[in-house]
Amino acid sequence: MHPWGKWGRPFLEYGVAAARAALRDAGLEWTDVQYVVGADTIRNGYPGFVSGASYARELGWSGARVASCYAACASGAQALDIARARILAGLCDVALVIGADATPKGFFKPVGGDRPDDPDWLRFRLLGATNPAYFALYARRRMALYGSTSADFAAVKVKNALAGSLNPMARYRKPVTAEEVLASPMVADPLRLMDICATSDGGAAVVLASEEYARRRGTGFVRLAAVSTVTPLFPNTVLELPDFATDSCAAVPAPERPFRAAITHAAYEEAGVGPDDLSLAEVYDLSTALELDWMEDLGLCPPGEAEKLLRDGRTALGGRVPVNPSGGLASFGEAIPAQAIAQLVELATQLRGRAGARQTANARVGLAANQGLFGHGSAIIATV
Amino acid sequence: MTYAIDGWFAISPEDGVHLLGTSCTACGTITFPPRPGSCPNPRCASTDTQVRPLPRRGRVWSYTNACYPPPAPYVAADPYVPVTLAAVELDEVGIVVLGQVKGLTADQLQVGMELELTSGPLADGPLVWMWGRAS
Ligand SMILES: [Zn+2]
Repeated sequence: MHPWGKWGRPFLEYGVAAARAALRDAGLEWTDVQYVVGADTIRNGYPGFVSGASYARELGWSGARVASCYAACASGAQALDIARARILAGLCDVALVIGADATPKGFFKPVGGDRPDDPDWLRFRLLGATNPAYFALYARRRMALYGSTSADFAAVKVKNALAGSLNPMARYRKPVTAEEVLASPMVADPLRLMDICATSDGGAAVVLASEEYARRRGTGFVRLAAVSTVTPLFPNTVLELPDFATDSCAAVPAPERPFRAAITHAAYEEAGVGPDDLSLAEVYDLSTALELDWMEDLGLCPPGEAEKLLRDGRTALGGRVPVNPSGGLASFGEAIPAQAIAQLVELATQLRGRAGARQTANARVGLAANQGLFGHGSAIIATV
Repeated sequence: MTYAIDGWFAISPEDGVHLLGTSCTACGTITFPPRPGSCPNPRCASTDTQVRPLPRRGRVWSYTNACYPPPAPYVAADPYVPVTLAAVELDEVGIVVLGQVKGLTADQLQVGMELELTSGPLADGPLVWMWGRAS
């Protein structure tokens, strides 16, 4: 990884630093890599759209096979999926997956121009509906359904900030108190500034190899047991970014599993494990409240009971299933194409027992989940 | 009267403000925004859809506000007045639709309360649908 922050430098620099760190860790040279996959960033123009080749050029043209992919917040996981499929198909033995971003200050906004055919552009033009506005809708809904409070949301931030304070790669390294969270400015009722993740610069990379190659060349590797990349099922009855409306459930009833739960379910099925097997989880805490939703979508508890697990310390460091032991997006902020890869880096670090003060004891199975715009989402399961 | 977007809502003196959806003539699936051409139901291959007005009332699914001015292409009023947003579950058709709220702040809203469709201008003039107090 490249440390996350607001460094103001080109995204390629973060990605290459992360790539070199991953290669060093794996005991490999860049010229050993047969396939390089870049997760794209849309804010960095043409090099960001062809990130695979951009990274390859920075590392030195080596003749490796290459791919680039964009899937919003799931970009990193989809990049992993592409590399994994090629390895499983026997087309290569070792691949390097890279994601990095350099973000502007403030709200994410749509690409410029007058583009009324783009729902992402339209939601800003017609409604002023920012990303935090959607996170706030979920938070308020949770309060209405389950009686969650602002204090519950603040407790998520306190937990994640404490974990982040122990992670040298995190942007925010200062523990916070619930009072500080509750005193921070309201951004989108009921979410305050410290409930919402920042936009950050950062980079992450992993080396992926066939089992045979890893056994021959690898040092302390972990197994990638599942990569789930399912789309929602019709009708999707949760209002998703950047949509104006849900699907209608008038003619076809809503599916048994809403989208986020379907993402994690597919990963469990593929890996042949269940929620009880998890040692830890990294989830997409775009807001504090959303982490509570994810706990239920992961199957850690029934809907409405995440607050209880949180209050009992079961998802804190040292708890039964630490959630976001890296510090999560609360401590990192969003560097979109890097985030899902960074989640896997945390799983691998924990499963190899190398997480230092934030180490989960006897970590054996880790899950990382995220969700991006327009029906992209993914979950990864890694095991020892 | 200029609409901020064409074909998504209509205003008539007799019937007030309506959102316009499409309904599939084969399976009855209703869609908003209107989606001419193909039905979104994956088990329905119909391409025969009709535009129809959607129910004007619904219950609040959730709500929020924008305490800071949203970025462009939103045009914020000067001085800025926080925008209130509500996602409202429409009666009968089972769709949740997001819209600005007119005449109510976030403090005055509750999940489950009834709202009714109305319209109002964006800061630079064109009209958009908005959720308002149920009459
Ligand atoms: Zn149909």
